[in-house]
Amino acid sequence: MGNTSSMLTQYDIEEVQQHCKNAFTQQEIVSLYQRFCQLDRNNCGFIPSDEFLSIPEFAVNPLSQSMLRLLDGFNFKEFIAFLSAFSPRATLQHKIEFIFKVYDTDCNGKVSFDDMLTVLRDLTGQYMSEQQRKEVLAQVLEEAGYTKDSFLVLSDFMKILGNSDLKMEAEVPVD
Amino acid sequence: MNRTGILKSSNSELDLDRPNIEDYLPSGAAIQQEPRGKLRLHDLLDISPTLSEAAGAIVDDSFTRCFKSNPPEPWNWNIYLFPLWCFGVLLRYLIVFPTRALVLTIGWIIFLSAFIPVHLLLKGHDKLRRNIERSLVEMMCGFFVASWTGVVKYHGPRPSRRPKQVFVANHTSMIDFIILEQMTAFAVIMQKHPGWVGLLQSTILESVGCIWFNRSEAKDREIVARKLRDHVQGTDNNPLLIFPEGTCVNNHYTVMFKKGAFELGCTVCPIAIKYNKIFVDAFWNSRKQSFTTHLLQLMTSWAVVCDVWYLEPQNLKPGETPIEFAERVRDIISTRAGLKMVPWDGYLKYSRPSPKHRERK
Repeated sequence: MGNTSSMLTQYDIEEVQQHCKNAFTQQEIVSLYQRFCQLDRNNCGFIPSDEFLSIPEFAVNPLSQSMLRLLDGFNFKEFIAFLSAFSPRATLQHKIEFIFKVYDTDCNGKVSFDDMLTVLRDLTGQYMSEQQRKEVLAQVLEEAGYTKDSFLVLSDFMKILGNSDLKMEAEVPVD
Repeated sequence: MNRTGILKSSNSELDLDRPNIEDYLPSGAAIQQEPRGKLRLHDLLDISPTLSEAAGAIVDDSFTRCFKSNPPEPWNWNIYLFPLWCFGVLLRYLIVFPTRALVLTIGWIIFLSAFIPVHLLLKGHDKLRRNIERSLVEMMCGFFVASWTGVVKYHGPRPSRRPKQVFVANHTSMIDFIILEQMTAFAVIMQKHPGWVGLLQSTILESVGCIWFNRSEAKDREIVARKLRDHVQGTDNNPLLIFPEGTCVNNHYTVMFKKGAFELGCTVCPIAIKYNKIFVDAFWNSRKQSFTTHLLQLMTSWAVVCDVWYLEPQNLKPGETPIEFAERVRDIISTRAGLKMVPWDGYLKYSRPSPKHRERK
């Protein structure tokens, strides 16, 4: 595996960099490529979604199931694009879009009450009862000027999350 | 409302916590009172800490690091060193390796020609037979160590044979066993291997009292537990050696210790093994190479350099659970050998974490 990183040429790296809108430096891309090869155990050029579950740290994450939906059969470019939301250089808009996608379970561009409930359920587990969750969510939605039946679209998410400093970063180890 | 606020904040507190396997999750420690602000939709929808943690795990995780073989730093990059390196390769493969193979073959011939008659003829004299077989196995392991020019430094008192004690060591490769065995004939608990190693297990190692099992068979566990208990009670049995990690780790980390060895009610004698990677990486990456290739790799390198420390025997303290005891011993070994402790169960290499773990998180 030690030599695989040298298989990335300058052109490849630049192409990938463009693809992820310069969210990662060249060194970070090389290092992510090594990681990609490590996860792509069968050398087939993409990572089957269940391969991610063999990383225990990921598998125990409460949102792993929701994220897995977005993670299916990645090639390297998609892998980078996916992770670019976690780069410190990514825009706030990009990050919020990512969060929106996690919420939007049926990919119809709208987040319903049930969608939010699903994520909340993943996060709280047995610490809250289903009834409690529903009450809290309904109340909080109401306070923010929405109702139980309203659908949130991306612009709503931008409004809600946009004026804060989201700490959504993952550090890429560079050696 | 306030109550749910606390619940919510305690939960996000937990999310920020490092992932842990259930036994090691400090219960209640994560639930802390935060200044109870009013819960806003923004806080509820903001799942970024959890997401970043998940992405962090995708980018790099401590579990995979435990089982990564780290290629040695190349030193032949320079025009003056390169010919020297080439010369070294020729020397290693054409002279050193055949010599070692010869040594090993001679070792096997001596061993087998003594072992088979002893094993078959001295049926009546159990004690004598066992003593001879024991020293023969020690000798054979000595030949193995010689075949990779093992430069092993043993620190601390040599283990003695007495009941109610069990030795535990960190595990890097099957050669751990050979290195320890050349000093003292241990009875070891091991995974049943296929191929020629399996054959050795069921014939020769049987004679020193080794116990093996199949990791994946649940009913094997009970049998092994029973055999273990019987074994430690016997006065004349070989000292018992357990690798409580249950799998090979790359000698930079230690993974969770299985509690089995610590539940026997015996004195636990820790052994720390640290390999010096100056010539070869002794980590056996069983996913990538067979044991035979691993041995060949060792035999074609200059030398295997390692330190073995026999450490202070430990007993279960009053009020300590076996798991806490296991962690304490792991800490002792890790400190001595300079390894980092990670909370993962090494068996996750063979299976996925169950949804139960995720729930808990």
